[in-house]
Amino acid sequence: MALLEVKDLSIHFGGVKAVQNVSFTIDAGIVYAVIGPNGAGKTTLFNLITGVYTPTTGTILLDGESIGGKSPDALARRGVARTFQNLQICMNMDAIENVMVGAHLRLDRNLLKAALRWPVLKRRDRELRGEAAELMRFVGLQDYINTRADSMPYGALKRLEIARALAMKPRLIFLDEPAAGLNPKETIEVDALVRKVADSGVTVVLVEHDMKMVMNLSDRILVLDYGRKLTEGTGLEVRSNPDVIAAYLGAHA
Amino acid sequence: MKKSPFIGLYIIMAVLLVLPFVLPNSFYVDLAIRMAINAIIVLGLNLLIGFAGQISLGHAGFLGIGAYATAALPSHFGWHPMLALLAGAAAAGLLAAIVARPIFKLKGHYLAMATLGLGIIINIVVRNEAAWTGGPDGMPVPAMSLAGFEISGDKHWYWIVAVLLSVSVWASLNLIDSPFGRALRALHGSEVASKVVGVDVVRYKVAIFVLSAVFASIMGSVTAHYVGFVTPNLADFFHSIELVTMVVIGGMASVYGSVVGAVLLTALPQALTSFEGWETVIFGAILMLCMIFLPKGLVPTLAAKFSSGE
Repeated sequence: MALLEVKDLSIHFGGVKAVQNVSFTIDAGIVYAVIGPNGAGKTTLFNLITGVYTPTTGTILLDGESIGGKSPDALARRGVARTFQNLQICMNMDAIENVMVGAHLRLDRNLLKAALRWPVLKRRDRELRGEAAELMRFVGLQDYINTRADSMPYGALKRLEIARALAMKPRLIFLDEPAAGLNPKETIEVDALVRKVADSGVTVVLVEHDMKMVMNLSDRILVLDYGRKLTEGTGLEVRSNPDVIAAYLGAHA
Repeated sequence: MKKSPFIGLYIIMAVLLVLPFVLPNSFYVDLAIRMAINAIIVLGLNLLIGFAGQISLGHAGFLGIGAYATAALPSHFGWHPMLALLAGAAAAGLLAAIVARPIFKLKGHYLAMATLGLGIIINIVVRNEAAWTGGPDGMPVPAMSLAGFEISGDKHWYWIVAVLLSVSVWASLNLIDSPFGRALRALHGSEVASKVVGVDVVRYKVAIFVLSAVFASIMGSVTAHYVGFVTPNLADFFHSIELVTMVVIGGMASVYGSVVGAVLLTALPQALTSFEGWETVIFGAILMLCMIFLPKGLVPTLAAKFSSGE
């Protein structure tokens, strides 16, 4: 059975139909890319699936269970993680604390025990700090383990988002333009990182404009245009589809 | 390796231990007690404002609930003062919990207005229900007694407040460096990111609002007992603003900033009394200068200067 199944998904903002009747399925263990011109509805689609927006119509099934309209924390509980196109890093915290927040649901969040410095809780927190440092090494941020988030460069923050998402120990991770704003060298590094994430057994859904990266990484690609599904298939199929070429180059098919 | 965050606490405890032996007279003891009381309230408020990033302009209202519970329940119903204190704290916590859900759907200016309104309503109730509260004139407060031992006078209250302050600083430091505290700071840093990692944002905002309200209510009760008299001024808008100012001047999201802000702003009006009539103007000018030159508050600005100078 597919890990994620989206059927006839739509969302309207007033008169704007940002996503219209989009359907697709994602099998566990693959890298699935969503591409399309600016404004095609890619990020909106992510926001729908990760609970930030509630669909106007349509269903989203995760492992057969309907998750459409569920809150983001309910989705987090089901193992769905994501990163953001426009960085959503907590600049008021240390880099490593941003990663530790990712493990929120795996921890004892009791207020009273926290205030009383409960030994079990404190020990678990120390272990978590070690785990978080390990994750930062995994994404290549070993130099920033003791840094405040607000003194890190942009490229490092993009990776920090990935580390935070991984701290959730997700089954499914949505990466919203992980290479946006990065230089070619950094892009190649992120490319390798996404590969590493996928190889660790997490199903990856990727929105990305860097076509080389998309073609290199993706098992399947969904093409959106004006909120609609244009086509879906392997890299080769998508690349040779005349509708896709038209959408990107603006020609009339 | 990072320095222990508890060094400041040890300094505070040492100062609290030495202070009664070096203060020249009861005027200064009284000042020290009021500083410590304010510091505890501001610690709770800073968790809400500085760490969680949620404003409350009505916090003196919760102070008033505690103070008037302590004043009215023993006089009208013969309740034990300790029970009255707990009832006040429970009432403040309950009220905070009830109003928090709708209030925390609001953000920024709207949240400020809603909490402002809440504080004003509490103040009006206290002013108008004269049969229970003494109205604008206020009412006397019976003495607190524990296990047959009556607590009265500067000496007793000094040590009680000193212990409460030390425990509050310790608990606040523990709280911010815990899963709960990280979630609070995260929802301040990025609400959407904290939602996506599973933080139930509204629940955390409500929890910290309730906690800070309970802090304020308990300290309202302590103030009432210590002063021996309550008036509606304790619960008015200006007091709410004063508390927020202490948070901001001391330093948002700084535990020690809360203490420093409370100490300075409690002492400043006393220090300025020699300016006769101009003290409010000078007070205002000092606050403005602080905001211009130390926008992050005293403790965070100085801490940053100190660590970059090393």
